[in-house]
Amino acid sequence: MNQQKDYFPEGDAFYASLRSRYRAAGIWQFIFLSALLAAIIALTALLYNVVDGAFGYIAYEYKKSPTEFTSTPINELTQEELLVILKDNLSAGAYKKLDTEQKMETRSQSDLLSLFMERLVRIDTKGTWSMTESLTRGAEIQAEVAEKYPKATLEFRSWLTPQFLVTPMSSRAEFAGVRTAILGSLWLVGIAILFALPIGTGAAIYLQEYAPKNWLTNIIQTNINNLAGVPSIVYGMLGLAVFVRVLETFTSGAMFGVTDSNGRTVLSAGLTMGILVLPLIIINAQEAIKAVPDSLRQAAYGVGATRWQTVWHHVLPNALPGILTGSILALSRALGETAPLIVVGASTFISLDPSSPFSKFTALPIQIYQWTTRAQSEFHAIAAGAIIVLLALLLTLNATAIMLRNRFQKRW
Amino acid sequence: MEKIYAIETSNLSIHYGNFTAVKEVAMKVEKQKITAIIGPSGCGKSTLLRAFNRMNDFVPGCHITGELLLHGQNLYGKDIDPVEVRRKIGMVFQKPNPFPKSIYDNISWGAKINGFKGNMNELVEQSLRGAALWDEVKDKLQQSAYALSGGQQQRLCIARTIAIQPEIILMDEPASALDPISTLRIEELMQELKKNYTILIVTHNMQQAARVSDYTAMMMIDDQRSGGVIEFDDTKKIFTRPGDKRTEDYVTGRFG
Amino acid sequence: MKEEALHPKTIAAQGFRQIDLKKKTRLSESVIQASLFFAGILSILITLAIVYELGKEALLFFNDPDVTLMKFFGTTKWQPGIGQYGIWALVSSTLVTSTIAILISLPLGLAAAIYLSEYASYRARSILKPILEILAGIPTVVYGYFALLFVTPILKSIFGDALQVYNMLSAGLVMGIMILPLISSMSEDALSAVPNSLREAAYAMGATKYEASVQIVLPAALSGIGAAVIIGISRAVGETMIVAVAAGAGPNFTFNPLQAAETMTGHIARISGGDLSYNSIDYTSLFAIALMLFLVTLVLNLVSQWVVNRFREQYE
Ligand SMILES: Nc1ncnc2c1ncn2[C@@H]1O[C@H](COP(=O)(O)OP(=O)(O)OP(=O)(O)O)[C@@H](O)[C@H]1O
Ligand SMILES: [Mg+2]
Repeated sequence: MNQQKDYFPEGDAFYASLRSRYRAAGIWQFIFLSALLAAIIALTALLYNVVDGAFGYIAYEYKKSPTEFTSTPINELTQEELLVILKDNLSAGAYKKLDTEQKMETRSQSDLLSLFMERLVRIDTKGTWSMTESLTRGAEIQAEVAEKYPKATLEFRSWLTPQFLVTPMSSRAEFAGVRTAILGSLWLVGIAILFALPIGTGAAIYLQEYAPKNWLTNIIQTNINNLAGVPSIVYGMLGLAVFVRVLETFTSGAMFGVTDSNGRTVLSAGLTMGILVLPLIIINAQEAIKAVPDSLRQAAYGVGATRWQTVWHHVLPNALPGILTGSILALSRALGETAPLIVVGASTFISLDPSSPFSKFTALPIQIYQWTTRAQSEFHAIAAGAIIVLLALLLTLNATAIMLRNRFQKRW
Repeated sequence: MEKIYAIETSNLSIHYGNFTAVKEVAMKVEKQKITAIIGPSGCGKSTLLRAFNRMNDFVPGCHITGELLLHGQNLYGKDIDPVEVRRKIGMVFQKPNPFPKSIYDNISWGAKINGFKGNMNELVEQSLRGAALWDEVKDKLQQSAYALSGGQQQRLCIARTIAIQPEIILMDEPASALDPISTLRIEELMQELKKNYTILIVTHNMQQAARVSDYTAMMMIDDQRSGGVIEFDDTKKIFTRPGDKRTEDYVTGRFG
Repeated sequence: MKEEALHPKTIAAQGFRQIDLKKKTRLSESVIQASLFFAGILSILITLAIVYELGKEALLFFNDPDVTLMKFFGTTKWQPGIGQYGIWALVSSTLVTSTIAILISLPLGLAAAIYLSEYASYRARSILKPILEILAGIPTVVYGYFALLFVTPILKSIFGDALQVYNMLSAGLVMGIMILPLISSMSEDALSAVPNSLREAAYAMGATKYEASVQIVLPAALSGIGAAVIIGISRAVGETMIVAVAAGAGPNFTFNPLQAAETMTGHIARISGGDLSYNSIDYTSLFAIALMLFLVTLVLNLVSQWVVNRFREQYE
């Protein structure tokens, strides 16, 4: 039987071949690991890129000097003083327009100060530099600015400030903030979850606890899995056709007496998002319900509970942390979605806080998109600031989900 | 004639983390004989068997103490390459586990990675003949191994092991998932293989142990749930005049 | 349920208790079950709504006497406003960006999956996996920012003037990074579904870890990996924001990745972002494109699910 024994390398020959096999194995292991390193590098580059954009030098000139309007230093101007200056120097039409957006008297000092800087002093940005550039080529930049724009002020600026969070949208990057966008995003996500959580959980309960094993159940399940893979922009088109157009009287609020709106409201967008995350919520809730052991159901049935009593008193409470975790993850998906909002018609320029489901709206990702696609570099800087805000929100959501999962994790 | 031992152990213990699964085993496995390992479930038969070709290396936390010699070489020595060990000591598992490849590739793969330079077709044929499978599959060598019956798959696994021409073949309950006819074929096959290979077989089937093996090791757990070899002798003796009461109870089926 | 009869005295008085086992209609139970059923069936209604709405508007588009299937599939200029309906102008860009994305994400994702499933220790996994999960959780518009303001400048320094400011290469590369975690996590699932007995069999024949992983485990998981790639393609085809930001505005029939060209999704985003009047050919044409997107991704998803299901049966 062992006629061919000589054909296998033995002894030293075998060890030599084994060494080369090990070498190949080592090289490949390194290659596999490199893929992960590449992912890490990509993530680092992305985060660095965002942070890099949100801080750095800005060179600007004033069209008019603040001293032309007042002798007090800018930072010491009170709300009253600012009101007077604005009233005196703005055209009557412009002042009235601002007043209808929000009563001038009710605006805060910082709000008025931005208006003052934006409308009267009129800042003129000559250039911005990223953080890395600012730190490594500081002297060069100073020289360059001094030569090209002798009147300009060069200053290291953080584009992400507390002010940035609470200031509404503005057409000038230097004064823009994400307040309107954050509120819009919250409205959106709130409406989406109000719609999708009950329906999604209901669907999951139906599929796990009630549905008979038949073709219809099969179709529903396959269909849900497929819906989860439909491109988000297609949901946008659905939202545009159904919520914005067909159900306009409802989504614009016309049914409820709202008159100044069309179907492109935060309600339409929220419902679109709700439909988009519905399959995710169902799938996650199904997993959570599946994890509840059968013994618990049998125990409940054993003492004469009806099916719904079993579900309501035993299955759901035990599945709840899982369902909530899944919903939070679905929420973070909704928070970052952009394409459907563009299609449904987020307003790109709006400085009014959304106040009802029938408000026009903008959202964080929409602002990021808008600002990123602008040509001027100062808009890229506030886009970076807005990205940091968005990522921070997402991080908070995910951390909550993880905490929830760890806190309630059950070992059966 | 002086006996030649393929494997010798002394004071061999095998641990999973803090738990000692097999304790202080001393046995000598004679070359070109069949040695059976029997004993109740959980007494450490598989653990011991897997120590012989260092399959336990893949179980995190598993380590051995004591000595395990293959032809006088310490298998767990610093300069020993586990890949080389496994190439010399093949293994057939309880459940047939052919690769999801063709019958032909199942056999040629091991030879290929081990640097086989001869005629592959011949090797495949020889190995399949050696495992008494050739006649059944010679017309469908390119078909998937999954299309074979369980018994055929197990013989394929044996064929694949003898294709790399090891010195020792370890078998962990190789026939437990098979019907009596397939079992019989495997047993006949072992008698055939014995001419060239040293075989160690774990089995729960007393008749099988009595039928096929030359030597038998009886394992049993102690109060700490550690398994040990309580008796190791000629198979004939173990089954007719066992030295240990527990062995007698076990082989006659009186064991609780 | 009437329970008065339960009182021991009553039972004693009667001598025995009549047990009523007849079926009772519990109204609340039925109502609840009906609403749950409705929640379950709603997903089907959503699908029907998608098909109906997209189909209806797309039909309006194709019913326009000016639009013919010959023009739609046979020409390469797209500008419905002036009677150009060649969908290839958009499809070409979708193909280019998706191809680049898969060329990046498949090898990287697969290699990462092999490392995580076959090599990484428990500790290493618990550090490395969250990194991929973070990558998967970053909104696509942020990837768009990254493509336009980080990757494009780097590419510019490599390709010089041949590279346009908006280009498909940058968008495709970044899309590849975006899809990487998806491919790697699905592939990892497929690899870990391969039973350990196969690995043991390979090791028992003297295989090294690399030989066992790549020559035995990987082929055994191939269908699962195939499913991952199909889902990856479907993701790439449907991805909007990265291409909307970085690949360029304006249809352009070209397969040169250094050029700017608008994908199907990018086109929908740009046109619908402006003010559109309903019933215009611009409006209905968007639905025709969306319908195509929906059908393509639907088929890809179905195929992938089918592959996964078949794969599961193999080892059970
Ligand atoms: N991977 C492992 N990790 C920890 N303990 C293990 C592991 N594998 C086996 N054990 C323990 O080691 C002991 C011996 O197990 P082993 O599988 O060797 O028994 P066995 O004799 O082969 O049993 P059977 O006849 O049922 O196959 C058992 O107590 C078992 O729980
Ligand atoms: Mg065993």
